[in-house]
Amino acid sequence: MNVQSTTATPSRTGLLGAGIFAALIGLGMIVVTGHVQADTLHDAAHDVRHATGFPCH
Amino acid sequence: MFTRILTSALFAGAAAGLIAALLQLVFVQPVLLHAELYEGGELVHFGGDSTVPAEQDLGGLSPVRDGLSIVFTMMIYSGYALILVPLMALAQERGARIGARTGLIWGLCGFIVVHFAPGFTLAPEVPGVAAADVGLRQVWWFATVLAAAVALWLVAFGRGWAAWGPAVVLLAAPHLVGAPEPEVFTGPVPTEIGALFAARAFGVGMAAWVMLGGFAGHFWARETAGRDAAAQPA
Repeated sequence: MNVQSTTATPSRTGLLGAGIFAALIGLGMIVVTGHVQADTLHDAAHDVRHATGFPCH
Repeated sequence: MFTRILTSALFAGAAAGLIAALLQLVFVQPVLLHAELYEGGELVHFGGDSTVPAEQDLGGLSPVRDGLSIVFTMMIYSGYALILVPLMALAQERGARIGARTGLIWGLCGFIVVHFAPGFTLAPEVPGVAAADVGLRQVWWFATVLAAAVALWLVAFGRGWAAWGPAVVLLAAPHLVGAPEPEVFTGPVPTEIGALFAARAFGVGMAAWVMLGGFAGHFWARETAGRDAAAQPA
C-alpha cells in the first residue's frame, strides 16, 4: 500500500523543486550522451547521435 | 515527489529507449553502414557515371558497437523522460488530464520539439555530409528545441492569439534566421542514401517518442492514482 496519506496533493513548491531537479538530471544525460565531443564518448555514441538527429562531428 | 518522477521517467525512458534502439538497429543502422562505405572511400559515387551497385554487403550485427548504441539510446530517452514527466506533472497541477492516451499526444509533441523542429533545417545527418562547426550547430540545435518547446506549450495551454501568435514566431524564427551551414558541399554519400537516412531517423524518432509519451503518461497516472487513492478516507 502506498503510504502517502499526509497530503492530498503535493505542494506546488515540492513539485517545482523536484521537477526542476529531475529535468536538470535529464538535460545532463542528454548533453553527455548526445553532445559532449570527447573522443571516447563521441565514438561510443556515434551511431545514436546520427540516428537521433543530433549534430555530430 | 522526486522519487515518483524518477520512477515514472526511468521506466518510460528505458522501455521507449529499448524499442527505439531496436528500431534504429533494424531501420537506420543499415543505411548508416551503407553511407560509411562512401564516407570512408571504400565506395565512390560520381553522379550519372556511377557503376557501384546500390545493393551492398553491410555485414551483420556488431555486438560491442550495437550494444553501446542500445545503452546510449536508453540513456537519451531516459533523459527526455526526466524532462517530460515533470512537465506532465505541472500540466496536471493546472488541470490537464494525464494518462497513456493523452501521453501519446505529448509524445508526438516531444518528437516535433526535439527531432522535427531542429531537423526541419538541420536535417538528420548521414555520416560523411559536409557540415558547419559542430559547436555552432549544437547552439542552434538547443535554441531551436527550446523555442519549439515553449511554442508547443503556448499552443496547447495558451488561450487565444496572445499566446498562439508568439508560438508561431518561436516556431518559425530559428528557420528564418537559418542554421550554421557548410561553406561548400563535399559530401561523398549518394543523395538517395542521405534522403533515406533522414526519413528513417524521423520515422523511428516519431515512433519512439509516441511510445515514450504513452509510457510516461501511463506510469505517471499510476503514481498519482496511488497517491489519490491513499489520500481517500477509508
